[in-house]
Amino acid sequence: MSGASALSVAEYRLRNMWKWKRAIIFYGLGGPFLYLASIGLGVGSLVNANGGGLDGVPYLTFLAPALLASAAIQGGQDEVTFPVLAGFVWQKLFFGMAATSLTPAQIANGVLLASVVRIIFTALAYWVVLWGFGAVTLASAVVLIPCAIFAGIAFATFMLWIAAKVRNDDGFFALVGRFVITPMFLFSGTFYPLQSLPLTVQWIGWLSPLWHATEMGRALSYGAGAQAPLFWLHALFLALMGGAGLLLAHRQFTRRLTA
Amino acid sequence: MIRASGLTKRYGEFTAVAGIDFAVARGESFGLLGPNGAGKSTTMRMISATTLRSGGDLRILDRDPDTHGPEVRAHLGVVPQEGNLDTELTCAENLYVYGRYFGLSRRFLRPKVDELLAFAQLEDKRDVKVDALSGGMKRRLTIARGLVNEPEILLLDEPTTGLDPQARHILWDRLFRLKEQGVTLVVTTHYMDEAEQLCDRLIVMDRGRIMAEGSPQTLISEYSSREVLELRYGTGRNAEVAAQLEGIGQRMEALPDRLLLYVDDGEAALEAVVGRGFHPIASLVRRSSLEDVFLRLTGRSLVDE
Repeated sequence: MSGASALSVAEYRLRNMWKWKRAIIFYGLGGPFLYLASIGLGVGSLVNANGGGLDGVPYLTFLAPALLASAAIQGGQDEVTFPVLAGFVWQKLFFGMAATSLTPAQIANGVLLASVVRIIFTALAYWVVLWGFGAVTLASAVVLIPCAIFAGIAFATFMLWIAAKVRNDDGFFALVGRFVITPMFLFSGTFYPLQSLPLTVQWIGWLSPLWHATEMGRALSYGAGAQAPLFWLHALFLALMGGAGLLLAHRQFTRRLTA
Repeated sequence: MIRASGLTKRYGEFTAVAGIDFAVARGESFGLLGPNGAGKSTTMRMISATTLRSGGDLRILDRDPDTHGPEVRAHLGVVPQEGNLDTELTCAENLYVYGRYFGLSRRFLRPKVDELLAFAQLEDKRDVKVDALSGGMKRRLTIARGLVNEPEILLLDEPTTGLDPQARHILWDRLFRLKEQGVTLVVTTHYMDEAEQLCDRLIVMDRGRIMAEGSPQTLISEYSSREVLELRYGTGRNAEVAAQLEGIGQRMEALPDRLLLYVDDGEAALEAVVGRGFHPIASLVRRSSLEDVFLRLTGRSLVDE
């Protein structure tokens, strides 16, 4: 009977994000931009000079899918961690929302939806940067951008669940940054093929949505290791991560908002 | 409008609300009175369909809040104890955004926001961030927010806790207006004067149970005397003097800092006390209040913050 929906929560989140638009653009694109300039161009010139690129393509082409997915993942992650902490712990906004016609699952969906908007924005904007650097071809947009968005959403739902479990924020973001985001960035075959790493640390990449998205992106954009079964395995991993994350997030939101 | 029977809420081993019965009629202003931890806020959260009950039955507007949460909440206005306003948004934005959560249209909300800002006497704060408001203003904004969906029942949890006297009176005035407009109010408070000011009828709660029910006046006449004589003899002597004042008044409560004599005529009682040779350091004759009712019912005073 009432028209309450997750869209109203997403609308609120976007309104809030708009107030932070400069920080979002600066951090969302600034970091990856610096990596692109420093490692992409610096290390890239070395790699290209020594072996004629990596994986049979120029270094930047190899690097681009990973940086794109990484930017999307980080952008999305921001929008499910800070707002969820504000919702449950800092300002307790979710408890106010839970007193309206909204259900806990709708609140979770709304937060996720807004993060999807940021993921899409980040992927599009960063693709333009990559294109400006000559790292990607125009045609690659069709495959690289969806891969990055897919990975961003999968990770965002997972983090939505994790953030909803946090009771107080003592060092939560430091922990996530140090033990999740940074290792994921470093051990996902971002700068070199994952196979170059010893097996003792290779598993980090297997669990990382970034690696799966990167592999998909590389396969689609320049045909790296183009084996169809493997490609679908990567897609399946991301789909499962996203699906499970959403289910668990719904359960956790409901538990906390009806206790 | 609200019907509870055997309403219970347990958190693990702890029973916050231990099977209470009450009913609230349309247009009534109903109070839940009791000290911190009496189970008032938990009861309130069950009524507001934001926490599931552990036992008993509850009907809000003829619906079960556990199974029809969104439907029930659509007709409620909730003013929580912890103001969960969004401090990064302006006053107007807070009201607008909250209205959207009820699925209300932009066209409905645009004039509604202005109307509510006027009601909360915050027109000149329209585009000011909530961060910059005083405690009283925030509370008024929270009440205005609770009215955005034109609720049939407004639930207020400790509406004036932490406010200075002036801000309290402004707030009470606003609530009176709502009452006049026929909005059903449910108020929790541990302030006696607030309960006397706002409530037509109330339940006195302690440790999850209902100790008494009635209008403030009935409760006072039923559980207390017309007047109260307060006597102070200094912390050391109060108990000693208490033993010597037997027979004056209907009942006496000896508190560590003062003696309370429940009497019909305070001045006459004071004369009798002095006649026995016990001159107090300080004395006060006052009307009986709900504070006295609570003391009588539980043997404890409502500890103020």
